[in-house]
Amino acid sequence: MAGIDVQGLSTVYPNGVRAVDGLDLEIADGEFFALLGPSGCGKTTLLRTIAGLEQASSGAVVIGGEDVTGVDPGKRKVAMVFQDYALFPHMTVAENIGYPLRVRGESKARQREVAEETSGGLSLAGLLDRRPGQLSGGQQQRVALARAIAMDAGVLLLDEPLSNLDARLRLEARTFLKRLQRELGLTTVFVTHDQAEALALADRIAVMESGKIRQLGSPREVFQRPANTFVANFIGSTPMNLLDAVVREGFVEVAGTRLTLPSGISLADGTPVTAGIRPEYLNAGSGDGITGVVSTVENLGVSSLVTIECPGDALVGLTVPEQHEPEIGATLTATPEAGRLLVFDEAGLLLGAAKVAI
Amino acid sequence: MGFVAPALLLIAVFLIFPALWTIYIGLTNYELTGPNAVAPQLVGIDNFVNALNDALFQNSLWLTALFVLGSAVIGQNILGFVLAWTLRKAKPGLRRTVESLVLLAWILPSTVVAYLWFAVLDRDGGTLNSLLGSEGTAWLVEYPMLSLIVFNTWRGTAFSMLLYSSALAAVPPSQLETARVVGASGWQTVRDIVFPHIRGHVLTNTLLISLWTANDFSPFLLTAGGPNHASETLPVFIYRQALEGGQLGYASAISLLLLLANLVVAAVYLWLLRRKS
Amino acid sequence: MSPLMMVRRIGFYVVIAVLMAFFAVPMLWLASAPFDSKPGLGLRWPDWTLDNVKTTFEHPYALASLWNSLVICVVATAITATFAALAAYALSRVRIPGRDLMLYVLLLLSSVVTGTAAMVPIFVMMFQLGLINSQFGTALVIAGGMLPAAIFILKDFVDSVPRSYEESARVFGASPFQVLTHVVLPVARPGIATILVWAFVNAWGNFLLPFLLIREVGKQPGAVLLRTLQDEGGSANLTVIPVFSLLYSIPVVVLYVLVNKRYGFRFHGGIKS
Repeated sequence: MAGIDVQGLSTVYPNGVRAVDGLDLEIADGEFFALLGPSGCGKTTLLRTIAGLEQASSGAVVIGGEDVTGVDPGKRKVAMVFQDYALFPHMTVAENIGYPLRVRGESKARQREVAEETSGGLSLAGLLDRRPGQLSGGQQQRVALARAIAMDAGVLLLDEPLSNLDARLRLEARTFLKRLQRELGLTTVFVTHDQAEALALADRIAVMESGKIRQLGSPREVFQRPANTFVANFIGSTPMNLLDAVVREGFVEVAGTRLTLPSGISLADGTPVTAGIRPEYLNAGSGDGITGVVSTVENLGVSSLVTIECPGDALVGLTVPEQHEPEIGATLTATPEAGRLLVFDEAGLLLGAAKVAI
Repeated sequence: MGFVAPALLLIAVFLIFPALWTIYIGLTNYELTGPNAVAPQLVGIDNFVNALNDALFQNSLWLTALFVLGSAVIGQNILGFVLAWTLRKAKPGLRRTVESLVLLAWILPSTVVAYLWFAVLDRDGGTLNSLLGSEGTAWLVEYPMLSLIVFNTWRGTAFSMLLYSSALAAVPPSQLETARVVGASGWQTVRDIVFPHIRGHVLTNTLLISLWTANDFSPFLLTAGGPNHASETLPVFIYRQALEGGQLGYASAISLLLLLANLVVAAVYLWLLRRKS
Repeated sequence: MSPLMMVRRIGFYVVIAVLMAFFAVPMLWLASAPFDSKPGLGLRWPDWTLDNVKTTFEHPYALASLWNSLVICVVATAITATFAALAAYALSRVRIPGRDLMLYVLLLLSSVVTGTAAMVPIFVMMFQLGLINSQFGTALVIAGGMLPAAIFILKDFVDSVPRSYEESARVFGASPFQVLTHVVLPVARPGIATILVWAFVNAWGNFLLPFLLIREVGKQPGAVLLRTLQDEGGSANLTVIPVFSLLYSIPVVVLYVLVNKRYGFRFHGGIKS
């Protein structure tokens, strides 16, 4: 068991790209931690630097209280599952799972024994003598997990663990992964570009952009109170409405209406801001709200995403329950739920406390 | 890096060093026997001057060019492409049979192959004479270069066939189908769709088979350069100068000229290849 | 079937038949002459006999030369495959500027130098090292000439082994040598097989180098002996030559059949540029 402490870490590639840029991060023992961000944000490089596959240019990586910055990957007591699982095609499932023990020079019998123990809990028992090529994607993933677990390391690193599975299997594997992590209690760090995956699995999420952490927090904090417009944009299955607005007499003037300024914020009249609100937190109906003409309706299953055109050419999205879809061209007023309106300053930073409103 | 060292060592000792040493020996009057074998002297560029004035060398250079052009650039290249193109859609069994024959011609030991062609071209009872009813024609004596060119085409086509097969397999089928849909003929398809795709392959193939052919020693096995130097390509010429004539210095100078000619040809091909992309 | 298609069909088969005849006819001699009571240079239906085989086995150098071929060939092939595998792996994984160009130049150089251009220096060098008539020395020279091409071909195979395999092994604590032997080589096995066969066939058929470097008849490989038989006693020894040609060809043909069955005889990309 071991926590991970990343101190002022930078990883610079030979071509000069600073993939990880002076980053500090503390991951607690037993925590399920997500590195989330768009491709090229440095999340995979950070993971690989923790594993020792990339050389840190400056800063330190401390695992379980031990500085491992210059240590070879194999000596860090870190297990890793690769995006393509990296199962060795010429070895059987049992040989794959037992491979970490083979490297350590343990006996064949012991390798087999551990393979049998580990595979039991991952419902791979009948597959030990198959080759990876004969397994389904989900099975391959579990073999890769079993091999990582067999290493008996304190830290488990997962690179895009679910991205190679098809959509239906992915949900199943997600639930499985969460349960497995709870049972093993391993400090687990995973990389993903899928915000839903990060929200669903992680205890805490670091949202990254250009080698830096833009927000660090629980899934709820990241979803409800994104620290900046970048995070606000990135999190959520439907994009958050981010609208140009101006402060007037204690109100936010946006898309032709005035909305109450969230409590605890006082700004001078005429300050330009960005008003942010998730489509899920806008209700169709009467009352104070943003009024516009319905231009598109997209069916999302149990709800529909309605886009309305408001004064000033602003487009505002809101979700409505199924069977309540408005007609195209109808006029609709979207009213924010209490306390859900976010206001960002001109630099895109959230105003007011980053605390979660329960 | 330690992994590369053993290979690099062998390559340095048996390839690079001899290549460099050729230059030095070429500047001496080194001989296989006699006083110059014990104490060879530097003679500067005499060997090169002599070579350029040597009618036998000029003859040899011309024959080598003819050999490369006829058997590699034209013979193997075209036959290899024709085979790859025709066999592309043939039934698997037929395709395998033809390919196996072509490949066998390529991989049989050269000394064996030489006898196979003696039997084809022999004056009395040779297969070709029986087939053509031209008893008494000594092909290797009367048409030595033609014989060598046909022989080397037979011998080396496999490489071009393999290379073009894999190149053709990489041409997107959708583009070939588009050509069919718009009604292009076979030749138009090759010219407009296939050739642009395999240009790089054609250049690389031509380069490799040209170099191999220019340095091929098997003409020695068939004609040994004869009759009367009529089929003495450069490798045979070098061998005969060096080991039969004992003129090691002179032969080295010729080697160097051959090497330079090769490099020039390679450079031209590389330039063409670069210009493409 | 329209008449035009008929004509095309027939044309296709005529072309194939002519090509097949062109490639097959010279080889038929290898099937008939060894078993003919009066073997000659030329093709004819044999007057079946096995006497030639007996004569060949009794020839003082025939079987010994096949053994010599085997020794030279195995040494050269083993060295080429081992060194090429190590080098191809390192070159595939390490970023050195100009690496591909260097490999290409070496490949070109090897196709030139092993041919004939370096005949004299190689002869002189081996002469001064006292390695004339050494089978091991000859095998080394052959291996040196084959290495660039072997590395070139093998690197292509190693390039196609996903990096994550090696990284995975490294995370589990494998040393570089373990990574190579546990993961990379087994995964690149078709490539190794290709190189083994390619090197064997090349070394087996190599005539020039042993012809230059091995002057003692008892140490010469089959390629050189076969040539010697042509002038032995003033004229070609036509009792021994056909049978010996056949014997000498068998290993190559067997290897070809095995490879063709197992992997198919194909190029795997990379050769383009």
